[in-house]
Amino acid sequence: MSGSRSFLSRLRDGDEIARLITFVFAATVVLISILLVLELWHDSVLPRHKFGLGFFRTTTWNPVEGDFGALPFIYGTLVTAAVALFIAVPLGIGAAIFLAELAPPRVSDTLEFFIDLLAAVPSVIYGVLGIFIVVPLMRQYIAPSLKSILGFLPLFRGPAYGLSFLTAGIVLAIMIIPYIISVSREVLLSVPRDQREAALAVGSTRWESTWKVVVPFARSGIMGSIFLALARSLGETMAVAMVIGNDPKISASLLAPGYSIAAVIANELAEATSELHTQSLIELGLVLFLLTFVLNGLARILIVVTSQRGAGRARA
Amino acid sequence: MNAHLRWRKLVSGFMLTLTGVCAAVSVLALFLILGYLVVRGGASLNWAFFTRLPVPVGEVGGGMANAIVGSAKLLLFATLVGVPIGFLGAIYLAEFSGSKMAFVVRYAADLLNGVPSIVIGIFAYALAVLPFKQFSTLAGGFALGLMMIPITLRSTEEFLRSVPNSLREGAMALGASKWKMIATVIVPAAYRGILTAILLAFARVAGETAPLIFTAFGNNYWSAGWTQPTASLPVTIYNYALSPYEDWHRQAWAGGLVLLGLILMINIVARGILSRGISVSRS
Repeated sequence: MSGSRSFLSRLRDGDEIARLITFVFAATVVLISILLVLELWHDSVLPRHKFGLGFFRTTTWNPVEGDFGALPFIYGTLVTAAVALFIAVPLGIGAAIFLAELAPPRVSDTLEFFIDLLAAVPSVIYGVLGIFIVVPLMRQYIAPSLKSILGFLPLFRGPAYGLSFLTAGIVLAIMIIPYIISVSREVLLSVPRDQREAALAVGSTRWESTWKVVVPFARSGIMGSIFLALARSLGETMAVAMVIGNDPKISASLLAPGYSIAAVIANELAEATSELHTQSLIELGLVLFLLTFVLNGLARILIVVTSQRGAGRARA
Repeated sequence: MNAHLRWRKLVSGFMLTLTGVCAAVSVLALFLILGYLVVRGGASLNWAFFTRLPVPVGEVGGGMANAIVGSAKLLLFATLVGVPIGFLGAIYLAEFSGSKMAFVVRYAADLLNGVPSIVIGIFAYALAVLPFKQFSTLAGGFALGLMMIPITLRSTEEFLRSVPNSLREGAMALGASKWKMIATVIVPAAYRGILTAILLAFARVAGETAPLIFTAFGNNYWSAGWTQPTASLPVTIYNYALSPYEDWHRQAWAGGLVLLGLILMINIVARGILSRGISVSRS
């Protein structure tokens, strides 16, 4: 073993050199992530000093006057993500239950293969599909029927241009469904078999064993998949920028156009002229980073906890 | 069978059917829209798309040749940035590092992996565009390369770890030094997995748009060099789809189809390589 040899002989064999070289590359990864955080913090110092917390409370976004408030973007980001989850979570988890509990393994694996491929489709393509398919559908069919049925709610009032919070939410939902299905299926499959058998043995129906035993067992992992999907939809840029309407307004109606954090960065950073404008956009980037950082961390903990619990029970 | 049991069975059947409907709706909706892309894109695709430059607004025809070449250059540079760091970093994690350092590196990689692509774009913009006051191919490739690092690193490490320890011990027993063992035994044994990891990382960034908008920017002509702005397939698709011109929409569909075809092909190839098993025995 190398431990007994002298440092010099190991150096001659190249082990120390190899170790050093690979160490430098591994350390680069750490360095990059530290730099990323420092950079976002350092390059958003102007708006932090000038606006302070007011940055998050005011609604004016006027690059000409040098007045920047982030509230409409934060609102748009949260609302579109909420709409997306509202649509995608029931569908995705239902589909995952079907794939994990009911479908024969071969069908389940085949569908999973396609779902993984769908998760690889780039967001700009969802944006193109959104702008040419979902937007016209929205304008002609979805928005008018929503208004006639649910028009008594403030959520579905006002003129419908097609570009709206709801449109962006629908496109996002289509994008995140594959993630939810994929992760939830994995978590459900990791629930030990004896849990199901025990439930069936005491006389529950197939659905009762699934809903009252398997799903609660996998609950935190499923929550993890939802957080992961939420982080994805908060940070999603292209698909949202193409269909949300890019209008920095806060409206109660989901049929009204809005704006999101990622979309405003994509649209304005390349053309920002004043330092304050650039830095305000970077501060928005920092907000986005922190939001997704927290959500991803939570998601990872939840998924790991569930799969470990499953593995632990299976061994016992 | 009493009424209560019948009711429970009814609920069970109904709910299970409902999950089937969920699966069918999700999968069908996704396939329908992608099918629509294939139909629209296929109808718009022609030879000029691959060989011609964009033509001025109002003229019909032209193609995205500059964007295709631009994307290729961006991806080449991204691979040069992302793969060495990911691959060598993974070797350190799997073969050399103690658990503390490994934890820190893994944590950093997972953090990077979760960062929205637009934020990676801001980072590349601040590092590689602002100091030179110039949008460039290199800046765009750098942004994409950063995104390749965590995916390459994490999966390569996993595949290296899946190589049985008996192989390591065998090589050591024959008197190989550690780096020789890694280079001639461990990496060849895990090469299918590593190749898959790199291909998947490549496919993931090939369609990225957001970080390119303000790093590589865009260009209606051939890019004048690595330090100049360049067109790329995703950004051109984005700009064309938002334009008010019918002929540009047609080209956006064609571009979407080409991009999607490329990405799905890489994904399928990568999975195919992996499903043939991690080759442990090599002559």
